[in-house]
Amino acid sequence: MEQQVEQTVVAESTPPTGFKVILREFKKDKLAMFSFVFITLLIVGVMITAFFFVDQEAAMKINLLERYTEPGTAGYILGADEAGRDILVQLIIGAKNSLLIAISVTVISAIVGISLGIVTGYYGGFVDSLFMRIIDFFMTIPTLMFIIVFVTMIPKYTTIHLILIISIFAWVGTARLVRSKALSESRRDYVNASKTMGTSDFAIMFKGILPNLSSIIIVDLTLSFAGNVGIETGLSFLGFGLPPSEPSLGTLVSYATNPIVLAEKWWVWLPASLFILLMMLGINYVGQALRRAADAKQRLG
Amino acid sequence: MWKTILRRFLVMIPQLFILSLIVFIMAKQMPGDPFTGLITPETDANRIAELREEAGLNDPIVVQYYNWISGVVQGDLGKSYTYKRSVSSIIGERAYNTFLLSLLSAILVYLIAIPLGVLAGRYQNSFLDKSIVLYSFLSYAIPTFVLSLIFLFLFGYQFEWFPTSGTVDVSLEPGTMDYYWSKFYHILLPSITFALLGTTSIIQYLRTEIIDASGQDYVKTARSKGIPMRKVYSRHIFRNSLLPIAAFFGFTITGLLGGSIFIETVFGYPGMGQLFVQSIQSRDYSVITALVMLFGFLTLLGSLLSDIIMSIVDPRIRID
Repeated sequence: MEQQVEQTVVAESTPPTGFKVILREFKKDKLAMFSFVFITLLIVGVMITAFFFVDQEAAMKINLLERYTEPGTAGYILGADEAGRDILVQLIIGAKNSLLIAISVTVISAIVGISLGIVTGYYGGFVDSLFMRIIDFFMTIPTLMFIIVFVTMIPKYTTIHLILIISIFAWVGTARLVRSKALSESRRDYVNASKTMGTSDFAIMFKGILPNLSSIIIVDLTLSFAGNVGIETGLSFLGFGLPPSEPSLGTLVSYATNPIVLAEKWWVWLPASLFILLMMLGINYVGQALRRAADAKQRLG
Repeated sequence: MWKTILRRFLVMIPQLFILSLIVFIMAKQMPGDPFTGLITPETDANRIAELREEAGLNDPIVVQYYNWISGVVQGDLGKSYTYKRSVSSIIGERAYNTFLLSLLSAILVYLIAIPLGVLAGRYQNSFLDKSIVLYSFLSYAIPTFVLSLIFLFLFGYQFEWFPTSGTVDVSLEPGTMDYYWSKFYHILLPSITFALLGTTSIIQYLRTEIIDASGQDYVKTARSKGIPMRKVYSRHIFRNSLLPIAAFFGFTITGLLGGSIFIETVFGYPGMGQLFVQSIQSRDYSVITALVMLFGFLTLLGSLLSDIIMSIVDPRIRID
């Protein structure tokens, strides 16, 4: 009897941590669970099909006889574009390219943003205030225009360039968030205790503070991943993203800038638009659920 | 308060300086100079060299920067390669269109966002609140160009409710009532699209602000004095929560400028966003440089405006 009471007290006094909280949040919010499964399957499915079942060379071959084939005819499930290329295949290749770029940008900006954020937040002082000025400046300039201008200025332009150019502007948000959290975290007792024990600053920052920020960082990365998908597809839509030989989801949508395609050949641009829409909704919804899980005040479960 | 505003102004000066420096370096990196467009097979190479010398393109870089920036301050933004006209007159025509579009969008943003934010906060956890939260999530997650295209396809081409491009019906005579109506009609669909996507931050801010405020002591005091809840909301809470919304105005401007690149491209609306995309396509570098400088200046101005409004409505910000 006594033991039982003790057990319940113990169970109540240790709050659920880490993945348990996230799992509980997702169990409570069925739509978030569904979004998560949907997005995971989508990404894995697109990658596997694009790498193992699709021949990009063959898919990008121009075939004028099959120009604007309607969906469902002659082996074209989603029809063909103005050069007779299969929309479905382009959709898969485009999704693969868009996702890979968004993932690369997210990873690069995460590494840069997190390390700069933690270091400046931890040390504070002059470097920190200078750093904040730089970040404030980045936050106020018209990012999209600068990206477009940089893209057009580079002579031999490739996907790598695009990733790097977007990354120049993408790390700022992460760095700002991590810096503010690291700043308040570095005033905590455990950091001071660690310092008195003679732990190196590097270990305190990356073994002490970083794990405590992990939930916020995961939320931020999920949301910025969605943002990066948006930026890349948007740039490709305007014609300043991937080169035309490398289709992106945005490239497919950009065919709709031709009014005839927009009004009558809906199968060329609509699937890619809906694909972007669903992907953005899904990733963002997962991000929102993660954010609720990271903030005890907002939790559903 | 004047001290705060003055200080905020002083912060903007180095920001503007750095912005101009970046834009200048960028412009220098771009291929071509103001005479590239003038070269024809008959042009004498020595004459071009003379012109370049006269225009100061061989001067030291610092002198060139000084000349450029003093021109910019006086409104001289150079000459367009493609249009063979002064950049300021080209931008001037487009700026008016973008201004109209942004004005209507901003009005619509506030018209949609304020009632929704207030309702969501007032009736927390109701079905209405949940729908509004869902809407604000959707408006946050949907990319501008995708929604614009879908709206243009549905309401422009399928249902034919709205015109699909341009600013005005050209057959109409300027100055008549029909003319102004046609102008309004042309910017209506782009503005609605814009406004539907631009409401997220205001709705979320209002909602949390009202929910937070309803737990405050002054609300309890008012309640215990016997004031009905309806009056507590309308007289006390809304007044407190609505004021800071004014400060979102600056950010709304920033958002509108960034979005105008997509919206104007999709709706074929000849504003500054479309001009930017067109000049990039035609490699019209003097227009590009001018537009980047102008948009940068306007966004800095937007954040300055936000901070100043904020310091007027919220005295706590003013503490040094």
